[in-house]
Amino acid sequence: MRTVASGAFVLAATARVARDLDLAEEYVQDAYTEALSAWARDGVPRKPAAWLTTVAKRKALDALRRGQTLRSKLPLLVQPDEADMNDPTDVTVPDDRLRLIFTCCHPSLSREAQVALTLRLVCGVSTGDIARAFLVSEPTMAARLTRAKKKISAARIPYRVPEAHELPDRLDAVLTVIHLLYTTGHTAPSGEQLVRSALVERALDLARMLLRLMPDEREVRGLLALLLVTDARRPTRTDAHGRLLLLEEQDRSAWDRAALVEGHRLVVGALRGGNPGRFVLQAAIAALHAAAPSYAETDWPQVLTLYNELHKVWPSPVVALNRAVAVAMVRGPEAALGEVELLEREGRLSGYRYLPATKADLLRRLGRHREAATAYRAALDLTDNEAERAFLSDRLAESSARRVDA
Amino acid sequence: MPQHAILLYAPTPADWMEAPPEELEAHDRYAAQIEELGGRIVSAQALEPSSTATSVRGDVVTDGPFVESKEVLGGVTVIEARDLDHALEIARLSPATRRGGVEVRPILG
Repeated sequence: MRTVASGAFVLAATARVARDLDLAEEYVQDAYTEALSAWARDGVPRKPAAWLTTVAKRKALDALRRGQTLRSKLPLLVQPDEADMNDPTDVTVPDDRLRLIFTCCHPSLSREAQVALTLRLVCGVSTGDIARAFLVSEPTMAARLTRAKKKISAARIPYRVPEAHELPDRLDAVLTVIHLLYTTGHTAPSGEQLVRSALVERALDLARMLLRLMPDEREVRGLLALLLVTDARRPTRTDAHGRLLLLEEQDRSAWDRAALVEGHRLVVGALRGGNPGRFVLQAAIAALHAAAPSYAETDWPQVLTLYNELHKVWPSPVVALNRAVAVAMVRGPEAALGEVELLEREGRLSGYRYLPATKADLLRRLGRHREAATAYRAALDLTDNEAERAFLSDRLAESSARRVDA
Repeated sequence: MPQHAILLYAPTPADWMEAPPEELEAHDRYAAQIEELGGRIVSAQALEPSSTATSVRGDVVTDGPFVESKEVLGGVTVIEARDLDHALEIARLSPATRRGGVEVRPILG
């Protein structure tokens, strides 16, 4: 499979010339075909990506000159650049990859279209693999991609990097897509395997690429830090039998130190200067957890302070639910239960499996096992993930047994 | 520059006589703002309230708007803009976004 760097590289540069994503993909495919014979004959060039880009762009430019593409073209602001063709070493400006990712994550596309396009066009993942990752059939995913590309063309979504005044909103969409890829891979919503490592790797690659392209954006730094620190715990999330382990049960000595150190360094840098955004704050919370010698010794008051800040910049009910866990550690499970029940009454999290799971855990700690069992059952009804189901079933059995004792 | 329609939606019955005076004044200034942003108005029409609408579906004629909802179409502005982002920049300034909202649709062609 092609890497993000070279795949995005070749397609992004070609799209700028072809002015149409579909056609650009075709030219890139043609270039790969040509490479099979040319490289077998002459050997692999020193810079394969540069070679492919030059060939694909030439095909695009030829077609454009023949005027075949007039009707289906992307309304690009960028004109095809003849100079590009003469300097094969300078195959792409970083802007090309940024243009591509901002186009894929344009707010006029649905979130699922944004995710699918980013995987297909920026990461070069095959339609079949994307379909499997998101548990839909390949024809369904192919249709989703086609519709999205059609919309880019028909709605005249431009192929460009947003201007400074648009950037906060637009960047947030890109970061959300990358984060969604990560969480989908990290906790697959269904199936036996808890981690779909390919998606996790893609998300990390994308975050790294974005930070290279936008080194001054603190939220990008925050996202990469968040992914690194979360991912450092990946090997300890389940035991040898695939059973889910809570943060408090995980073997902290097995966490990936190198990733934690890198994540920590990024967080510290991102927290400097002005009010931090939601990704920086989430990364800071994750880093605090990672820095603690044990669950009990975590700096919970500081975690709660960060959650308060996070809830200010991102007043989402999911944040409020996670904040309740910190409330439980600082002020006790009773206080936290009150907040969780408030969220339950608001109804905005109905169907979200972590609400009954959190409530069940608080009830269990309060010794209210009968109610805990009911909440565990509600959580079980909402999850298809085998590892999570096994965990919840164990807890349910425990609560039911205690209920008999009591 | 390609043309985009900005469809103005307002709370039913989308009666412009009920719009606050500041909103109507803002509509007067809107054309100049569009020019400042490098766009151009091709046409702008406000509709009579949806209570005056008559719909035809197949060969059945009924009173009222085609789709019953809390917000209904109250006007159409056609603009010229470079691309969707430029059209959205213009649409965001529309005074119609204050009470209802707008929908941006590229015009076929």
